[in-house]
Amino acid sequence: MSDVLLEVRDLKSFYGDFQALHGVSLTLQRGGMLALIGANGAGKSTLLGSICGLVPCAREAIVWKGEAIGGLAANDIVKRGIAMVPEGRRLFASLSVEENLILGGAMARPGPWDLAKVYAMFPILKEKRHQPSTSLSGGQQQMVAIGRALMSNPELILLDELSLGLAPVVIKDIYAMLPDILGDGMSAILVEQDVTQALAVSQQFICMQEGRVSLQGAPQAFTREQISAAYFGTA
Amino acid sequence: MEWINAIVQGILVGGLYALFAAGLSLIFGVMRLVNIAHGDLIILAAYVALVIVQMTGLHPLASLIIAVPVMAGFGYCLQRGILNRTLGKDILPPLLVTFGLSVILQNGLFEIFTADSRKLNAGELETVSFNLVPGIDIGVMPLLMFVTAVAVIGGLQFIFYRTAMGRAFRATSDDKEIARLMGLDNGKVYAYAMALCLGVVAIAGVFLAIRSNFDPSLGPGRLIFGFEAVIIGGLGNLWGTLVGGVILGVAQGLGAQVNPGWQLLAGHLAFLLVLALKPKGLFPRIDG
Repeated sequence: MSDVLLEVRDLKSFYGDFQALHGVSLTLQRGGMLALIGANGAGKSTLLGSICGLVPCAREAIVWKGEAIGGLAANDIVKRGIAMVPEGRRLFASLSVEENLILGGAMARPGPWDLAKVYAMFPILKEKRHQPSTSLSGGQQQMVAIGRALMSNPELILLDELSLGLAPVVIKDIYAMLPDILGDGMSAILVEQDVTQALAVSQQFICMQEGRVSLQGAPQAFTREQISAAYFGTA
Repeated sequence: MEWINAIVQGILVGGLYALFAAGLSLIFGVMRLVNIAHGDLIILAAYVALVIVQMTGLHPLASLIIAVPVMAGFGYCLQRGILNRTLGKDILPPLLVTFGLSVILQNGLFEIFTADSRKLNAGELETVSFNLVPGIDIGVMPLLMFVTAVAVIGGLQFIFYRTAMGRAFRATSDDKEIARLMGLDNGKVYAYAMALCLGVVAIAGVFLAIRSNFDPSLGPGRLIFGFEAVIIGGLGNLWGTLVGGVILGVAQGLGAQVNPGWQLLAGHLAFLLVLALKPKGLFPRIDG
């Protein structure tokens, strides 16, 4: 088996006449974390959406373990082992905490994650398992969203704006847990406004600017100024 | 005592109205689809039962064993083949398509069964009654209808809140995009919901056909009763729908008690009154 998990090849994306992505390419190795950084509107969420099937794209633009999966329906993609923690968490409001988690595992592939393991990772969720998901605090809701994605036993987890709207101390806690969560050889793509935080936990990063990749590589290979220039487009 | 009797009989008829309304409420709740053809589907179910009874000689209530799966299967295909294509951001296409479906069903039934009115004969069951207190007789058939309505709504409630299918219904209703990320195929979820809805419609159709004469033109009237019961009870609340049906039935019973010509009017007035005082219905659960 090759070590390449995911390839994005010359991905272009349009919203009507507006072109959001102008030929983005990237390669993700098995295991490890890729940070996706860039200003608002750079195309980060569109890229994640294309990978998980929520944004239409060409079949050959997304290659998953050698199979072209671009443009497949999201419900077909999750079965192949790609799960998403969406921006803003988007829990199912009329479902309890536990029902949200169970639903995440509805089409689960075989693997280590089940209710017991999610509760072991986030004990507070077990206490609140029968409560409506939206009655939880922001940080706890984020735990539900992460747990819900893990329940499908993905090989790749897409984390969109984990820290959005959360208190700094909560963000710190969640980031501290990431290594444990990814411990079993799971890969992750992390979209994050907090660039320092994202680069600190990633082995590789991609900086996007106006729908193009402006810089990529290992975080320590570049100076702060170089990354900042790629981020703001002032180079 | 006559008035109390009118109220009791109204409550029992309310069960039938709740059966008309339950499917409507379910479909709106899961996919925000207002099914204009719902009443005609009830009448279609009555004719399906009629054909089954004529072909097999089964008792009308026993015909449900065949009618429910036939209608549920039809619902699944209808949703997958036609209605799923109309669902999107715009609410007009499903309205227009179900309106068209209503016209097609009515005319199709006219063509096949003519405008003659029909009835399903449930035999002795229709005439048996018992005396509750002096002056109030309860017919076994209306009672059976009411008990069935309570059981159906209890069953739907169970499916919605206690089963994997119900979880899928609620999740898709909450956020269909994220539901897909969980591996749920929206189109299939909707098709199961429509199958369940038409299963209930089959029960409603058979009771309607036992209770009174029917012909192909009756659909829109049943749709109105269903709408009124759903809206009185509050959108998305199944037990509320049962209460809505009962209020409608009681209002009609009381209206008829005053003057036989006022039966329908009284029902509509009760509906208007609720709409004026509580525009979201008595027990709303869904906004918009």
